[in-house]
Amino acid sequence: MKTLLALRINGEERDVLAAAHKTLLEVLREELNLTGTKHGCELGECGTCTVLVDGAPVLSCLALPVECQGREIKTVEGMATGGDLHPLQQAFAELGAAQCGYCTPGILLTAEALLEETPVPTRDEIRHALAGNLCRCTGYTKILDAVELAALRMRRRLLGEVHPKASRADSEVDQR
Amino acid sequence: MKKDVFSIVGQSLPKIDAWAKVVGETKFADDLLMSRMAHGKLLRSPHPHALIKRIDTTRARALPGVYAVITGQDLPRVKFGILPVSQDEEALCTDKVRMVGDPIAAVAAVDEETAERGTRLIDVEYEPLRPLMSIEESLGHPEVRIHEYGDRPNVHKAVALQFGDVEAAFAHAHLVREDVFFFEGNTHLPMEQHSAVAQWGPDGKLTLWSSTQTPHYVHRLLSKILDMPQAHIRVVAAPVGGGFGGKLDPFAHEIAACKLSQVCGRPVKITLNREEVFYTHRGRHPVLMWIKTGFTRDGAITGMHFRSWLDGGAYGSYGVASTFYTGALQTVTYKIPVYKFEGARVFTNKPPCGPKRGHGTPQPRFAMECQIDKAAEQLGLDPADMRRRNLAEPFVKTANHLTVTTIGLGECIDRVVEASGWREKRESLPPGKGIGIACSSYLTGAGTAIYWNDMPHSGVVVRADRSGLVAVLCGATDIGQGSDSILAYLVAEVLGIDPKDIRVHPADTDLTPVDLGSYSSRVTLMAGNAAIQAAERLRARLFEAVARKLETTPDRLSAAERRVFVADDPERGVDFAQAVVLAESVFGVLAFPGSYAPPKRAGKYKGGGVGPSPCYSYSACVVEVSVDRETGEVTPTEVWIAHDVGRALNPLLVEGQVEGSIYMGLGEVLMEEQIFRKGVHKIPSLLDYKSPTTLETPEIHTILVEGADPEGPFGAKEAGQGPLLPVIPAVANAVYDAVGVRIDETPITAEKVVKAMEGKRQGKPGRLGPERLPVFTFPEPKVVESAFGLPAEDVSVRPFAS
Repeated sequence: MKTLLALRINGEERDVLAAAHKTLLEVLREELNLTGTKHGCELGECGTCTVLVDGAPVLSCLALPVECQGREIKTVEGMATGGDLHPLQQAFAELGAAQCGYCTPGILLTAEALLEETPVPTRDEIRHALAGNLCRCTGYTKILDAVELAALRMRRRLLGEVHPKASRADSEVDQR
Repeated sequence: MKKDVFSIVGQSLPKIDAWAKVVGETKFADDLLMSRMAHGKLLRSPHPHALIKRIDTTRARALPGVYAVITGQDLPRVKFGILPVSQDEEALCTDKVRMVGDPIAAVAAVDEETAERGTRLIDVEYEPLRPLMSIEESLGHPEVRIHEYGDRPNVHKAVALQFGDVEAAFAHAHLVREDVFFFEGNTHLPMEQHSAVAQWGPDGKLTLWSSTQTPHYVHRLLSKILDMPQAHIRVVAAPVGGGFGGKLDPFAHEIAACKLSQVCGRPVKITLNREEVFYTHRGRHPVLMWIKTGFTRDGAITGMHFRSWLDGGAYGSYGVASTFYTGALQTVTYKIPVYKFEGARVFTNKPPCGPKRGHGTPQPRFAMECQIDKAAEQLGLDPADMRRRNLAEPFVKTANHLTVTTIGLGECIDRVVEASGWREKRESLPPGKGIGIACSSYLTGAGTAIYWNDMPHSGVVVRADRSGLVAVLCGATDIGQGSDSILAYLVAEVLGIDPKDIRVHPADTDLTPVDLGSYSSRVTLMAGNAAIQAAERLRARLFEAVARKLETTPDRLSAAERRVFVADDPERGVDFAQAVVLAESVFGVLAFPGSYAPPKRAGKYKGGGVGPSPCYSYSACVVEVSVDRETGEVTPTEVWIAHDVGRALNPLLVEGQVEGSIYMGLGEVLMEEQIFRKGVHKIPSLLDYKSPTTLETPEIHTILVEGADPEGPFGAKEAGQGPLLPVIPAVANAVYDAVGVRIDETPITAEKVVKAMEGKRQGKPGRLGPERLPVFTFPEPKVVESAFGLPAEDVSVRPFAS
């Protein structure tokens, strides 16, 4: 028995016909081909499949799309604005925070939600926010560095101190 | 080339694939979607040890939506295994299952759910056999055989090697210590679950896309397993979402996907669920170890005798190599004039162990570095000083005939001692806080291939297009370590262009020259040297053509900043794309191969093929811990690691490898356990199998020690595995410093610390660890003269070097 779902994903309206018991993870990957969202356990244990629903991190392997209707769903494919990467994406690439890259989408979105709530987080606050996202490659160090760098850049952008296109040029930030 | 002339090497550049990864564009194997694609599922054994009496697939075949059902009867009746000496696996078991999780049948269906329902409709009749779940059980019940082959009943391999007279060395020692240690098994836990997509075309040709670290070995073995010409098989390694050694064998799901695709005429995908990944395993062997070492008054080692018993699990996998590795690299770190090693790998009815980051060497490193710490205390020496004074010598041979080149370990020790405040903290840390040190060394690539041949271990083709683009084709597999990026940096460095001008095409057996795979920390050195050779061949042609145009000689030319120009008159030159046009006009298509095989210098004894490497990396690590004296909980608060990497081709990526290694080592020493109860994995989930999160991972201070090694590409040595080794004993030594108890087995859990402290309060020795050794007589040792201290002679055979 399939249900017609009216979802809003990355700012676009998407109508999907899917079995009602399918998880948001399955619908995103298998029905909508949004394979940027990954899976590590399908049991809500590893954080790999994290997406944002109305700005809050949600484990898409445990979420039912039916419950997400009328809400704003954001996946990693929706983080960049046009051709401009989100500062988190930029910082993750520059600082080597993505090794195999498999956990990266979930961590990026979790970090985006953190920076929305707490624009200047301490390192400990970043640790706590990301505690539900396992990464087996990096030892987390470069991930924490990248979130800090992105937060600084976003703050500076907000204050108009740095041109939005600036990346490696803001050497002061890089050398912290 | 001197460092100051590099333009790309030594820079902390982003990886070339970083951009695709941060936007979710990277296509891992499970992200591949094909039209008409079917989904497959394996039926696995619920018994640890049983005969298969009957398999009936009738009900499964009748289920609507099922396209194909196969059993072992549908596959050629050959056994296979990654090592030629251990051909003991079947993709789908026919007569017998040897572990819970052994695959028996496979179903392809319209979707995964239907495929799974199909597997549940397969009727299997088993005759359970006595399961053997430990080394003691397997040795104690020779009448129950897990395999029909092996050195003795249930003994996969027993080895004994002796290099010089260790008994004489002990007789002359001031202190002789015997200690026993146990290292618990643990698993790789990659975030990506293994996945494979197979497409058997109507032309009879097969393509497999898989999350594998070794597409070449999978390619070779598929030909054997499916009994079809290798030339008709194409294996493409998708970007791997974490490997750590867990994706190095050919697996049942890969083979079943191929066969199902042939039967149902559709592409078939099989992706393992997390529980299946735990059973697929091939991870760290549980190893029981006995180590006897003689020391002089000032801490120099007079000789060492090492014994290891490996709990191998149900199949061979890389186990023979793992066994030798538990005895191979002890000699590379400190001077050990004479050495004896005995090792045995025992079959048990559990998922097979194999190579995990550090392959077979973290276990003996734990034993050895903890024992050195105990000896230092007895001798009244500072453990850092004792290690520093007894370093192995560069450019000599070890007792077991390994040739060592550069050694940066002295500087590594000095740097971590300095950075951590070792000397002050040794004196001043309050009770409950402690500091520990350990050192290690590791291969930069295995010196021998897993099947005997004289061909390159790594091949690269560099092709210049008249647009100015350079394509690099190489069979190497990027598992997140950045091997694609390293190839781009090296080729860009040689040709004087930007990594952005290069496109790397990896790991496709139709298109790329063979690279043996992403294991043994071999890719940067081997594929890197091959890439440099190929790029230099291209550059020679470019220089010849440009020299003609500029009426000069090639030796006066230089390449940098996307130009080829006269070195002492830089205004005279052409841009890179023009240089390609000039050269293509003279020489035709510009595509050049590079080949690399390690220098042939394996010791001339059986087993001498495990351990040799072009060069060895070195690491020293200091860990500070805080131990809760009520609960026993161990918290590593800070880690300092110095790693001798020869040259950091990209410091950012080297740091990433070092930090990831430290993190993984901390998980192994403090929490991770691959353990079984009644044949079943006790905790096959990411929640219950504890691994460190951001909250358990301390600040890691990474120091890179550089001193170009003549064997490495521009001097580089490995970074991906060695740094995992010292953190494990460093934590154990720090725990002793903090609370005065020795935990001689991993993981060092709160429970064990409390128990040891309680015992100590009651007047028992403050130690927790194995008390007994198996009753086992090793074979007579192969006696070989110690090569200790002999100079590293010039290598006579250096294949493909020119």
